[in-house]
Amino acid sequence: MNLLNTRPNIADADGFFAELVATHEELSAEASAALNARLVLLLANHIGDRQVLSEALQAAAMSARAR
Amino acid sequence: MTRIFETPLYPYTHVPDQDAVAPVRHKVVVIGAGPVGLAAAIDLAQRDIPVLVVDDNDRVSFGSRAICFAKRSLEILDRLGCGQPMVDRGVVWNTGKVFLDDAQVFAFDLLPEDGHRRPAFINLQQYHLEYHMVERLQALAAAGKPVELRGRHRVHAIGQHEDHVRLEIETPDGPYSLEADWVIACDGANSPTRRMLGLDFVGRVFEDNFLIADVVMEADFPTERWFWFDPPFNRGQSALLHRQPDNVWRIDLQLGRDIDKEAEKAPERVIPRLKAMLGEDVAFELEWVSIYTFQCRRMERFRHGRVIFAGDAAHQVSPFGARGANSGLHDADNLCWKLAHVLEGRAPEALLDSYNWERVWGADENILNSTRSTEVITPKSEASRLFRDAVLDLAAHHAFARPMVNSGRLSVPCTYDDGPLNTDDTTALPARTRPGAPAPDAPLGEGWLLGALGQGFTILAIDTDAPERVIEAGLEARTLRASARDNPHLAARYLGEAGSAVYLIRPDQHVAARWERFDAPALRAALRRAAALSTQEALA
Ligand SMILES: Cc1cc2nc3c(=O)[nH]c(=O)nc-3n(C[C@H](O)[C@H](O)[C@H](O)COP(=O)(O)OP(=O)(O)OC[C@H]3O[C@@H](n4cnc5c(N)ncnc54)[C@H](O)[C@@H]3O)c2cc1C
Repeated sequence: MNLLNTRPNIADADGFFAELVATHEELSAEASAALNARLVLLLANHIGDRQVLSEALQAAAMSARAR
Repeated sequence: MTRIFETPLYPYTHVPDQDAVAPVRHKVVVIGAGPVGLAAAIDLAQRDIPVLVVDDNDRVSFGSRAICFAKRSLEILDRLGCGQPMVDRGVVWNTGKVFLDDAQVFAFDLLPEDGHRRPAFINLQQYHLEYHMVERLQALAAAGKPVELRGRHRVHAIGQHEDHVRLEIETPDGPYSLEADWVIACDGANSPTRRMLGLDFVGRVFEDNFLIADVVMEADFPTERWFWFDPPFNRGQSALLHRQPDNVWRIDLQLGRDIDKEAEKAPERVIPRLKAMLGEDVAFELEWVSIYTFQCRRMERFRHGRVIFAGDAAHQVSPFGARGANSGLHDADNLCWKLAHVLEGRAPEALLDSYNWERVWGADENILNSTRSTEVITPKSEASRLFRDAVLDLAAHHAFARPMVNSGRLSVPCTYDDGPLNTDDTTALPARTRPGAPAPDAPLGEGWLLGALGQGFTILAIDTDAPERVIEAGLEARTLRASARDNPHLAARYLGEAGSAVYLIRPDQHVAARWERFDAPALRAALRRAAALSTQEALA
């Protein structure tokens, strides 16, 4: 672990978050899930590094909030 | 049309063994005359090892079964002396296309390089393949090789003993007993041998049903593998279209999970489905229609004492990847030279454990690939379907997603990396010919490298000298000299940047060891190791 950059890295964090939400606007839950899946694949390909991708998958799996 | 699958090719005959007072002992008995049992019998016969094949049937297999035979299998069949008639009869193809809905998203070329005798794949009905193998086996027998094929001799009981196996055989004239030093069980996915010995066969069952139809039609689809996800004619499911010889086409339609199998098999259901796919006015005739579900599983070990399992009896995969019969041929290829060496007293039984190691490795690779493809085709969860569909949607627009569209990763032979018979590699020679790898073909003189290798161990000396033969502890390796000057394929595959190389190639054409120059002590050690005469670690 630690190739994955988990420190702040997006210059315009608020702007990105707003754009992310806006892209999903008016989508059904199903369409939204499909969009997310496509987004994950596009970003994963951009990253490319298998180690970073594995770390990201683990980090995502481990940050689920207990409900 | 000649109905070759309806013809008894090796009809039942009453043999003297049936009247013997005490069970007659055979060296090797092969149970099952499918592609794998026939390959094993031909291989052993060519090595002058007496072999008897018993099968509960007397003809080639029927129904929709294997159609795609890969380059490596053709190379094995060449070594077995029956590759050419199959290639002559088969249809050659290299291209696969994947469609989403009605648009193409991806195309692949399976043999993007030349300098190989054989194409990436041929399509040939399994019954034609078996026919040519039976023909080869019978020609060997006629030429005096010690091989016999008994039709309608069904094994119905088996007993393991210290130094032999006892078989009870059922025939139209009643039962008789046989003994064998060794048994190769090639009796298929439902292997009665496996069951009679109480052995496991665990793995995964996929719940989706597939309608498999072989239809005879005049059609002008190209000779390519066409695979559809979610086509208009089979919404939400997949479909496959593939050409075979004699104007027979394989059609494979996914039907989903909970279906009424009997109803779906009825012509009044099948014909409209096929018309929707092929077009209303295409005339066709049904050769076979069946409904399958698929499994991916293997035995924990392929060798149990004197009974050795090969082919579907040992492992089973889904057909997406054409890895069933192809990998079974790799099993026979791997096993027979080893068994011959053990029977001739030139190698210890440990060599047979290397069969287990190497072919379990191969089966795991095949099961992994086949399972992954099947999961893409029949997603097992909502998330899996979500990502599969995302890949397909992206593939229509972006190149990166196209290689992720897994509609079957087609059979390639495995490399036995870290295999027990390999000698550690200290060279910088090309990775594709590293120890454990199947030797890739290349043009050589007027012919081909693989054709020049022969049936034993070969020392391939490229642009360097080596003695004509090396004999070590009863093992023999003969030298094949070659030059890579003016032979760019040989140079690229076997030399890379180096100016010369010496390869020790096993009888099954896998690389055992390699150096840049001939080194007698190293070669002798490698030869011993390749015959399990000096294994450092225990084989499990
Ligand atoms: C729809 C479909 C498509 C396929 N496509 C491909 C493909 O494209 N490429 C590919 O490589 N593979 C493919 N396969 C897989 C392929 O058909 C099998 O892997 C192959 O037949 C296995 O060969 P085998 O010799 O191990 O067993 P089998 O072909 O099953 O032969 C077993 C033999 O044992 C005999 N036998 C059984 N019990 C006894 C007994 N008690 N005594 C004596 N004899 C007995 C049987 O009569 C039979 O002849 C496909 C399979 C299916 C179903």
